[in-house]
Amino acid sequence: MPDLLIELFSEEIPARMQARARADLQKLITDGVVEAGLTYASAGAFSTPRRLVLAVEGLTAHSPTLREERKGPRTDAPEKALEGFLRSTGLAKEQLEIRDDKKGQVYFATLEKPGRPATEIVSEVLERAIRTFPWPKSMRWGAGTLRWVRPLHSILAILSDEAGATIVPLEIDGITATDTSRGHRFMAPEPFRVIGFENYARQLKVAKVVLDPQERADTIWHDAEQMAFAKGWEVVEDKGLLAEVAGLVEWPVVLMGEIDAEFLTLPPEVLQTSMREHQKFFSVRNPKTGRIEGFVTVANRETADEGATILAGNQKVLSARLSDAKFFWENDQRLIAGKGLEGMAAGLDAVTFHNKLGSVGDQVRRIEALSREIAPLVGADPELAAQAARVAKADLRSEMVYEFPELQGVMGRYYAKSTTLPDPVADAVRDHYAPLGPSDAVPSEPVSVAVALAEKIDKLTGFWAIDEKPTGSKDPFALRRAALGVIRLVLENGLKLSLTELFAAAQPDADQADLLVFFHDRLKVFLKDQGIRYDVIDAVLAMPGSDDLARVVKRAEALSETLKTEDGANLLQGFKRANNILTQAEEKDGVEYSFGADVKFAETEEEKVLFKALDAAEARIDPAMQAQDFGAAMAAMASLRGPIDAFFEAVQINADNAVLRRNRLNMLSRIRQICLSVADLTRLEG
Amino acid sequence: MAKPDTPKSFQEIILRLMSYWASKGCAVLQPYDMEVGAGTFHPATTLRALGDRPWAAAYVQPSRRPTDGRYGENPNRLQHYYQYQVLIKPSPPDLQELYLGSLAAIGIDLDLHDIRFVEDDWESPTLGAWGLGWEVWCDGMEVSQFTYFQQVGGHDCKPVSGELTYGLERLAMYVLGIDHVMDMPYNDPSAPIALSYGDVFRQTEQEYSRWNFDQADTAMLLQHFEDAEAECGRILAAEERDDAGRAIIMAHPAYDQCIKASHLFNLLDARGVISVTERQAYIGRVRTLAKACADAFVRTEAGGAVA
Repeated sequence: MPDLLIELFSEEIPARMQARARADLQKLITDGVVEAGLTYASAGAFSTPRRLVLAVEGLTAHSPTLREERKGPRTDAPEKALEGFLRSTGLAKEQLEIRDDKKGQVYFATLEKPGRPATEIVSEVLERAIRTFPWPKSMRWGAGTLRWVRPLHSILAILSDEAGATIVPLEIDGITATDTSRGHRFMAPEPFRVIGFENYARQLKVAKVVLDPQERADTIWHDAEQMAFAKGWEVVEDKGLLAEVAGLVEWPVVLMGEIDAEFLTLPPEVLQTSMREHQKFFSVRNPKTGRIEGFVTVANRETADEGATILAGNQKVLSARLSDAKFFWENDQRLIAGKGLEGMAAGLDAVTFHNKLGSVGDQVRRIEALSREIAPLVGADPELAAQAARVAKADLRSEMVYEFPELQGVMGRYYAKSTTLPDPVADAVRDHYAPLGPSDAVPSEPVSVAVALAEKIDKLTGFWAIDEKPTGSKDPFALRRAALGVIRLVLENGLKLSLTELFAAAQPDADQADLLVFFHDRLKVFLKDQGIRYDVIDAVLAMPGSDDLARVVKRAEALSETLKTEDGANLLQGFKRANNILTQAEEKDGVEYSFGADVKFAETEEEKVLFKALDAAEARIDPAMQAQDFGAAMAAMASLRGPIDAFFEAVQINADNAVLRRNRLNMLSRIRQICLSVADLTRLEG
Repeated sequence: MAKPDTPKSFQEIILRLMSYWASKGCAVLQPYDMEVGAGTFHPATTLRALGDRPWAAAYVQPSRRPTDGRYGENPNRLQHYYQYQVLIKPSPPDLQELYLGSLAAIGIDLDLHDIRFVEDDWESPTLGAWGLGWEVWCDGMEVSQFTYFQQVGGHDCKPVSGELTYGLERLAMYVLGIDHVMDMPYNDPSAPIALSYGDVFRQTEQEYSRWNFDQADTAMLLQHFEDAEAECGRILAAEERDDAGRAIIMAHPAYDQCIKASHLFNLLDARGVISVTERQAYIGRVRTLAKACADAFVRTEAGGAVA
């Protein structure tokens, strides 16, 4: 069983594309060879900035010979039929076999498709993989027509077993597959021959290349932590950055430096963002001061001076960057000291929010008005909420946020704190964008909640009013995220709000019903993740007051719990039975049985018991619903299970006596009415 | 690789780049005699990247970015600066090695420094051009742009050109170990009349910063923009044959007007009279000109048209 090794050696592959490319290469090759009839034991893909590698172990050396049997014409069929059969099978008459069949003797042909050697199959599969590789962005180079992520220089493709390595014959746009590779661009550029995967990985390591990205990431993290630890510091974890940096180097060498004291007054977010975004440095914290005081950079090589020149260069670039940041920070603060954060916000009138929705200044005025409306509903001071809304976007005019857009809100909070604005206002400036992602924390401080809700509802109703709704995968204004943000703000803060009233207050032109449906769809996804079934949510959303999300969720949770109990599940069956019989009778009779049943026509004990039970349940359900105690209401409903079951057991609904029948149908109607007052049980499955 | 000694001045770095790329077979051209925002605008890049005729050129291009003016006070930012530009078509397979050789030529010891190719895709909305490549980092500092052109002026590049752009001031400051651009020696510091970058450019940075930001007559600039746009269209719409019957497509004169329009737009932008929405519209107008010029150039002999 030979092993297959493929290395596609190119100019530097963007770090962010490597993980996907590894998976794609593995899938394209393994699927391709399996489709061609080979099998394999295991496969693993690797990457460095300059190579994409696949190792397949235990590949079969040949695809199996395939036999196919085809039935031909009868022996007494006209000559023409036999000729046609011979043509289609490519055989001579002597090669056919004659067998007895139900209707006489019939010709049979046995076709043999010989197996093919793995080299041939791999060659075809690899060529197709290279030509159709799904890079997110690919390019041409030189005078060729081949496309790859960056110029492809060489292909190593060998099949190796105990007897040695065989090169897979392949030539693609002037590149011929070989059994040679190269090491590190600067430290070991000489080519070397390869006889198998282990031999390859070992030689690469000698040639200063660590093939496995996970091994590089582990080395980087381990060395960084060790270095920081020796100084009593700690590296700030950043998994995304670690993966990226591991994709930028073949031979990671970790270097640590100190940030110049003059920059330590900058907010830590500024230091971290500048170092991460511009230079791909890790931040290093001094636990004694709690500040970011150092950085870790990862070089791609060893040097005779042990990285001193490289570190000094990086340090210098960092100082230049942080000088800029400090300049922005000081300029922004000077401006705010002069005309306040509201003065800075004045410039927002010149910034377009959306050509149909006006400037950011217009947006801010809308959010201010809406924040004032929402404030009393969430326990916030309307004046504070309005004040926070007025300055919430001011930092978009700061030099710092112009340079680092991802610091919006964060800088606003620092700038607000540098003025006389109260803390809840400053916090709201930072938090009004939240929550951004599903793992982002939800603000709980009332002023923040008011402005965060207002910002999102303004955005949603605004885009609804100009009919720019998300379609399919397109959601350029992140409206789904905004709606989910509102849902989480409402639920996690337990807010009782009517969304439609807020929609109306925000933007009378928006189609409120349509927007509410959009919210309901997001809510379904959200509750589904919490383990509540779609049909349960549907049963609840069909009830009035579905724009009060907290109520919807409480009701859905109660219903979900009830259905998990034996009584609840059986009651649902009882309800369905009652509803079916009743619906059929109503259809047949052309009337609606809603006059109320009378206990005086009750014939059996079971009927009388059910009458009592319905009275009792109603007496409990109505006040519970008033108090929105859905648990109590559902429990009362579920308590009907016994009497309903007994009723169906003992009583024939469609009695011959018309009076009795009518009374019993009216009884079923009461059951339906009581159950439907709790949730629309007709929407439940099962 | 032989390690050349460290250069002593800004001009020595330029001279070394010139002789390096000349030794690699490039035609060493002179700067284009018009105001441009970057070396890419030189017709030796924009137009010559089109068509199938091989090309290899290297040149310095003075470049102007009015919004970057800082009155000569910022250590790194200038409204007038120099780019070094190399364009080779088709891109040779060893372009990365050739490029690394140029760093060695200007005194960067490749055994001591960490050179990295970090993804950076290039796009010029005004030229209707894009390409894939990297920014090249030396010890964490961006020292060059390295791009394989895929499209220019809306035309697919076949063959593909490899483009290298060096920001000369920043690169030189790094090599020479200078913190403020104005302190950088322009010529040899031991020359009888030693001149710093500031001696040559500090005053002009002040003068142009004031003019760019406060004084440029915006009504006149707007008119000039309209004029350049109109003239570009008129040139390209002219009869292909002149009065004497010669067939001459005037792609370059038309492209000059496109360059003018682009720079006028940059000046208007620096004066702050272009709103966010208008911005896109202006860029679109320049792109329309660039595309029309590219369309014309590919019909010329240099553009690869078969006579």
